[in-house]
Amino acid sequence: MKATPAIEVKNLTIGYGDFVLLKDLNYTVNKGDIFIIMGGSGCGKSSMLRVLTGLTLPQKGSVCINGVDFTRAAPEKREQIMRRSGILYQSGALFSSMTLAENIALPLQQYSACSGREIKDLVSLKLALVGLAGFEDFYPSEISGGMKKRAGLARALALDPDIVYFDEPSAGLDPVSSRLLDDLILDINRCLNTTIVVVTHELASIFAIGSNSIFLDGESKSIQGYGNPRELLKNPPNEKVLNFLTRGEGKHA
Amino acid sequence: MKTKLKYEIDGGVLRLELAGNYLEHIDDEAVQNLCETAEKQTVTAIEVSAANLQKWDSSLVAVLYRLQKTARRRQLPFSGSGLPSGLQRLLKLAFSVDRRPENTTARRQVFLERVGEKGINIVCSAHKGLSFLADAARSLGSFFEGRAVMRREDFLFALEDCGYKALPIVSLISFMVGLILAFVGAVQLKTFGAEIYVASLVTIGMTRIMGAIMTGIIMAGRTGAAYAATIGTMQVNEETDALKTMGIPIADFLVLPRMAALVLTMPLLTMWSDFMGMLGGGFVGVTMLGIPLPRYWELSVEAINLSNFLVGIFHGFVFGIVIAVCGCYYGVNCGRNADSVGLATTRAVVSAIVWMIVMTGIITVICEVLGV
Repeated sequence: MKATPAIEVKNLTIGYGDFVLLKDLNYTVNKGDIFIIMGGSGCGKSSMLRVLTGLTLPQKGSVCINGVDFTRAAPEKREQIMRRSGILYQSGALFSSMTLAENIALPLQQYSACSGREIKDLVSLKLALVGLAGFEDFYPSEISGGMKKRAGLARALALDPDIVYFDEPSAGLDPVSSRLLDDLILDINRCLNTTIVVVTHELASIFAIGSNSIFLDGESKSIQGYGNPRELLKNPPNEKVLNFLTRGEGKHA
Repeated sequence: MKTKLKYEIDGGVLRLELAGNYLEHIDDEAVQNLCETAEKQTVTAIEVSAANLQKWDSSLVAVLYRLQKTARRRQLPFSGSGLPSGLQRLLKLAFSVDRRPENTTARRQVFLERVGEKGINIVCSAHKGLSFLADAARSLGSFFEGRAVMRREDFLFALEDCGYKALPIVSLISFMVGLILAFVGAVQLKTFGAEIYVASLVTIGMTRIMGAIMTGIIMAGRTGAAYAATIGTMQVNEETDALKTMGIPIADFLVLPRMAALVLTMPLLTMWSDFMGMLGGGFVGVTMLGIPLPRYWELSVEAINLSNFLVGIFHGFVFGIVIAVCGCYYGVNCGRNADSVGLATTRAVVSAIVWMIVMTGIITVICEVLGV
């Protein structure tokens, strides 16, 4: 069966002002994939994420979400598409003046016709899904970094998005919390059939969850590897990908 | 004592002999001479021997790194095989950087380019500022239509913060300003035996403009700065990105509650400031000039003029908008690091004060034209 594309990136060039960060990128994220965007520090992974999520416009090229050209869409249409995706930021990006329940309820209050009771139930469910049942009335400052990420994920899942983006989900987490978050990402992908895009350079996470991936290279400003991370490790297309996937040891791990 | 370097040129080979300890201070002049020697055309190779080298630290590595760089640039053979393995590893590491900046020398811009760039920046900033104002005005419109995405809690919190919580500082400063006005006025008026007019001087001064200006300056420093810092920190923590990706308008969610709160409280604070200023003037009148309190109060009330009073309140209303817009604008446009938050806060306060003075000038001219 032919996979249906969720995101299609065509001839994409990203940069700031006159500076080009990445150029002429082409790749497809299929529905239900856990797609990894990997690469060394400063190669443009986070900038790529900002373009995919509509926070920054590309210099050239297009990003089609579910067949609609997101980059050229009218602002209303863009907002509509953006609402069908959730994002987990590096720090969780929870609103510090609100409790976890209020954080998760915000998009529901804004974009759903749910009653107060329904919203309350949905908030409890989303928090339970990420393992934070009972933390409704806690403020972000009262929970740990790992819990903040989980709460951020619960907020990202509030509107049952088609695509969820993760920006460096393992950053600042201990190995166990990082592993638990990876398991959570896999569970969400399997249970909700959500397409997941993860920006990371954590090798353990890449091999544990990635079903497809691209390797961005800041020097050549291009994609140097495209495929399943394990396959890329087995048959590295070049030295750079091999070095990255083997922590610079240059041989198969 | 500074360590000297021992070297010689033998048959075109620059030989540096390291012996003893090289800790911390190597003689600058010796290093300079060594590097200059390495640049000489007669030098065709560089050799470093370290048979008797005992203790060394980074200062020696730095000298050898500089020497080896010269050798590489001049494509001369460099031999450091006699160096301790640790030192050799450090040198190898220093030269193993695989990525260098693409373009380290920025092209010097000609005068016209610089002027053009400045001009474009000014136009872009003006466009950005006007767009922000338009968004804020649109939000205010949707607020009155009941369509704004604003949390009631945020509005009430902002109202509390720039309302009664600001009273103590506004009271203190306004009392002191009234007191100073009365004192300065009394010194001059005494010479004419007209100290009784101190009450009118303070009342007219405070109600017409001073009350509003003092409240504006206090609120710009207190609340405007807090708005810029809060929203700027939200920017650093990616909270504003989260709002954008959720499709929630920042102007509605962050700017509107703050602006609405300031627009409502500023006129009230201005009235309170007028009263406290008159009280400060009264203190000087009663204690220094010996005017009985009931008489002072009677003269003050007589000096209150409705149009002066309303002009003062209108100033307060306008200043409320100015402070909220400046605070929120610099917060929303803050960069993504700690320095940017500080910069945004400073700019918010400075621009709010500048714009308040500009607006005072405009209102004064309008009042003059209208004969108010």
